[in-house]
Amino acid sequence: MELDPFSLLISIVKIAVVMAWVYGLLRVMGHASKWVKIGGVIALFAVVQIAILFPLNSPILNNFDTGLLFQACTITMVSLGLNLIYGFNGQFSLGQWGFYGIGAYTAADITYRWTNGDAGGLLVAGIGVVLIGLVILGLNRVLSRFRGLPVLSAFTLYLIGVAIAGAVAFFVGASLSPLLASLFGTSDVPGILRGDLAVQVVFVLSVLIAGAFAAEVAFLFGLPVLTLGSDYFGIATLGFTIVVNTLMVNSDTILPFPEMKGGRGMVGIPQVTTWFYAFVFLLGVVVVMRNVMHSSTGRAILSVREDETASKAMGINIANYKLLAFVTGSLFAGIGGGVYAHYIGFLSPGTFDFILGFNPLIIVVFGGLGSMTGTIVAGFFWMFFLEGMLRVLLGQLGTEAPTWRYVLYPITLLLMMLVRPKGLLGSVEWGFLKPRAVPRRETNQAANGLAGIAPVVK
Amino acid sequence: MQKANSSQPFMPATRKSGARLAWIGRGFLLALALLVLIVLIRSFFDNPQLFAQIAISGLQLGFVYALIALGYTMVYGIVKLINFAHGDVFMAGAFVSFFAVSHFQLHRWPAAVFPGLPPILVTIIGSLTVILLSMVVCALMAVTIERVAYKPLRNAPRIAALITAIGVSFFLEYFGALNFVFSPRFIPYQRPFGVVTWYIYDGIHLVTEGHAPPQGAITFSNIAIIIMVVSILMQLSLQFLVRRTRIGKAMRATAFDKQAAQLMGINVDRIISVTFAIGAAFAGLGGVLYAIAYPSINTLLGVLPGLKAFVAAVLGGIGSIPGAFIGALIMGQAESLTAGYISTPMRDAIAFTILIIVLLVRPTGIFGEPEKEKV
Amino acid sequence: MRAFKITSLFALAAIAVSACASAGGTGGDIKVAILAPLSGPVPTFGVSTRDGALQAIDEWNAKGGINGQKIVPIVEDSQCTPDPAVNAAHKVIDQDKVSFIIGEVCSKASIPVADYANSKKVIMMSPTSTATGVTVDQNGKVKDYIFRACFIDPFQGKVAAKFALDTLKAKTAFIMLDQSNDYVKGLAEAFEAAYTAAGGKIVGKENYTGKDTDFSTILAKVADAKPALVYLPDYYNVVNLVTKQAKEKGITAPFMGGDGWDSPDLDTKAADGGYYTNHYSPDDTSPTVVNFVKAYGAKYKDDKGQPKTPDALAALAYDAGNLLFTAIKNAGSTDTTKVKDALTKINYAGVSGKITYDANHNPVKSAVILHVTGGKVVFDSVVAP
Repeated sequence: MELDPFSLLISIVKIAVVMAWVYGLLRVMGHASKWVKIGGVIALFAVVQIAILFPLNSPILNNFDTGLLFQACTITMVSLGLNLIYGFNGQFSLGQWGFYGIGAYTAADITYRWTNGDAGGLLVAGIGVVLIGLVILGLNRVLSRFRGLPVLSAFTLYLIGVAIAGAVAFFVGASLSPLLASLFGTSDVPGILRGDLAVQVVFVLSVLIAGAFAAEVAFLFGLPVLTLGSDYFGIATLGFTIVVNTLMVNSDTILPFPEMKGGRGMVGIPQVTTWFYAFVFLLGVVVVMRNVMHSSTGRAILSVREDETASKAMGINIANYKLLAFVTGSLFAGIGGGVYAHYIGFLSPGTFDFILGFNPLIIVVFGGLGSMTGTIVAGFFWMFFLEGMLRVLLGQLGTEAPTWRYVLYPITLLLMMLVRPKGLLGSVEWGFLKPRAVPRRETNQAANGLAGIAPVVK
Repeated sequence: MQKANSSQPFMPATRKSGARLAWIGRGFLLALALLVLIVLIRSFFDNPQLFAQIAISGLQLGFVYALIALGYTMVYGIVKLINFAHGDVFMAGAFVSFFAVSHFQLHRWPAAVFPGLPPILVTIIGSLTVILLSMVVCALMAVTIERVAYKPLRNAPRIAALITAIGVSFFLEYFGALNFVFSPRFIPYQRPFGVVTWYIYDGIHLVTEGHAPPQGAITFSNIAIIIMVVSILMQLSLQFLVRRTRIGKAMRATAFDKQAAQLMGINVDRIISVTFAIGAAFAGLGGVLYAIAYPSINTLLGVLPGLKAFVAAVLGGIGSIPGAFIGALIMGQAESLTAGYISTPMRDAIAFTILIIVLLVRPTGIFGEPEKEKV
Repeated sequence: MRAFKITSLFALAAIAVSACASAGGTGGDIKVAILAPLSGPVPTFGVSTRDGALQAIDEWNAKGGINGQKIVPIVEDSQCTPDPAVNAAHKVIDQDKVSFIIGEVCSKASIPVADYANSKKVIMMSPTSTATGVTVDQNGKVKDYIFRACFIDPFQGKVAAKFALDTLKAKTAFIMLDQSNDYVKGLAEAFEAAYTAAGGKIVGKENYTGKDTDFSTILAKVADAKPALVYLPDYYNVVNLVTKQAKEKGITAPFMGGDGWDSPDLDTKAADGGYYTNHYSPDDTSPTVVNFVKAYGAKYKDDKGQPKTPDALAALAYDAGNLLFTAIKNAGSTDTTKVKDALTKINYAGVSGKITYDANHNPVKSAVILHVTGGKVVFDSVVAP
């Protein structure tokens, strides 16, 4: 087949439209008037929704495009989380992909069990997440009374507490779930809980639970590991991703989850992610992230990255802010995982391999460290370029061309890094994400500071 | 989000000393260590021969990791860059020797030039030539990579260089996998010399084809011995180079403070190139030995050994040469023993768990120096 | 609102462009997508599959196409990973408006693709995905539009067990398997079940992972257990390493495996004495096989310029293409519901034997047993279902 310049043009236009759409979204969200804000967001949501639905037989956005859109939304959520951890807080983490995987498998397991007439997954996970959260909160209150408590001791206490809470949740959840069994009915005569609405509600709950669970794991893991220096922390988190992946592969033998089917991949996850959910969850993550970063908490997080000694001198509890950023970032990753699982409907450990775990890092750096806009733009661009344009282009260059895919990708990466080592957008923020309360002059300084991690060269 | 707020600090005015509770953490670690020890001792007494066999294969693996880890640790020590492409240089070493042996019969050249040479000398000289060629090619390759990809980024944020390293790594793997380069296949590797195995059972005997050694015999091969000897030699010569020569002194100075070194008249760019070259030469050597020991090669072969070697370097304290060595040996044993006694699928997971625990106890690795605060 | 203007301008452009795109649609050609992992972990499989399928397409086109319509292949890289495979499937189904897919190779990528193709009433013919979940969903319901050209794991495991006990008279076996690989695991489980049911004894079972290179620990245990046979149903690259290390350790028990062994890169010296079950043998003297091997070799050359011998993946992809095209011809139209019905009734003599479909869309066909001996792979026997 020869090259069809027309379809190439379409892919380029598509990328441009997506970029313009992201720009528009951030602009209207940053508008002063509340009504423009709400109306604009709804309008921009609706534009895409209409393009997905009409014209009926061949919609403007076909499944190929919407698939890319959903994946772009999830990868952006994951990358935003990483940007919070690495870009804003300066903790070089490679564990984001592991938390993404935890979120995906957790959410998938809950809805899978639910659609098969078992409320146990939701109950155990829901109660567990709440109990563990309470235990962590309570222990935090108690342990903060001790000055200079060794981190390992604290970790051990938390671990014991979490284990107890988990066990309690398991027994309570398992004993409660038979009570709901009658409401499910059988697969022939579906009960009320098998209905569409119930599944939608459970899906939303499962995504939130998945996020919270990932965040709690991040708390337990981060508590001791965040005391490590930057690169050591990076390797420890890489190890985390690999450990999680290994557990996924053995989920049916070492872990007691036969429905996850280990290396064979988990099938039968209801595909309930729609554009509405992908958009709303992404919007939620963006809003939360922006509000955190524009608050005093955000400034404390930034100060830890800029200079630990100085921020310690300002009375900032460094360990706590590192943990906060890490936990929040993982929460986003978990939510992204939950949305992803219900888009693709099939999970396999291969998706969560550590090599692919470099993707969010590449996106974050590509977009510019410490730039939320950059991450969002890079996330969408990355997906539409690599999976969209490159696929269309290589598909037309003959049967040999697709093997060149992973040759072109690193070359793009290398060129990008050589030309713009500080990322595509550097530290530019658009509309909604622009820091507003700070006077102009300081904004520039802050922006310069955001541009890159403190260089090591002394 | 309520979860995230939970880790917000609570700082009452009066706080008790938490140091009294240090025993909890220590006890936890001690319990873990005890558990591992009990498992090991039990398995040793269960079947000492099997234990020895497993330990030997762990040693072989550990020494290969050591060769790769040296390169990681040297480069990191000097430019503070995690050179992800190092594992792929290792792969290139294996491929260079493959082409030299299979396509050009380089390992037979002494026989062609001096027909009267005894076969054992032919093998030794021929194999050494192949190994040297791989080392030189790898060194050149690493210097080129350094010049093209890393040098322009020396004053850019450190992460840019890291992403570049990942990019270079992908490029080498998948460019190599193109059909007209190495092709993506797993290629059976032709060894420059044969592998001979012995077993220990009432003395040392040769294993011959078709005759299984008796039950309880411990087997080992010439390649295992070669790997160990070469690895130790390289380690010692590197120590000598770094500690006793001018260039070693310059390397240490550059690692300590690049700008000051420059002011003292040291050509920092050259030193960095030399470091890359030496590290890559070791990787190339490792690649050849690895391919001889495990003779099936493809372009992704460097990924996992590279990663494990890097972990070994971190475990030992990155930047420290003896650390890399010890770390690699621990890594090899941990993998082998886990595979033997706990569960093979969990092997990588357990190796990383060990890493994390060691780092918690010694945050900069076993031999690492405490990190200087960046102020 | 500048932002709005820019956005809507671009949106309008996009609408206009895609409207034109859908207008300039298909002519009289039949588009067939080939989803193959050309990059990612197993690119060799992708290349063989692509070449085999293209071979079938070329032959049909040389004969004047199907019912006068030419076949146009669209090759997509699916990487043997769910995400890219699904993206590729979306692209060929929604963008290129393809109604027929040959692929994917790996089960873990085929399963999500199959779900989507089935929902879109697109016929998918996987040449080599052996997991049961490809053609049947988790509730045991057959996916109407999904077929495959290879036999499934249980059958191959059964054949191997029968051969081991009846022909090799091996009463004890040791199983080595890769827990993370669904193919290996499936074969190993099927073998174990059939072998023990027929009176054999499993004296040991060890896991490794696909990225391993050092098997000495496991082989030490094999040497300890002294089995009459070692069942190693993995791909040739693992087989090469394991058998070589086993020989060096003096292990004499023969190794046995599945179709993953089939490759020109199998180290026949190391695997000497081994047996494996396969879909076809290139040494077969039936005219279909001879013609296929000749035509394939004429079209594809290896790196030394010699004609390539098609491996099982190429043969299955070739059969997959032929099955699909024969069904389209039989149906007399490209309407997928008709083609689907034609496929269920098909009776086709392919390179990998006579193929009919059972109720679960799995082919009913014979397996061959190959013997590695004297540096060559020779045909041993055929085992009918």
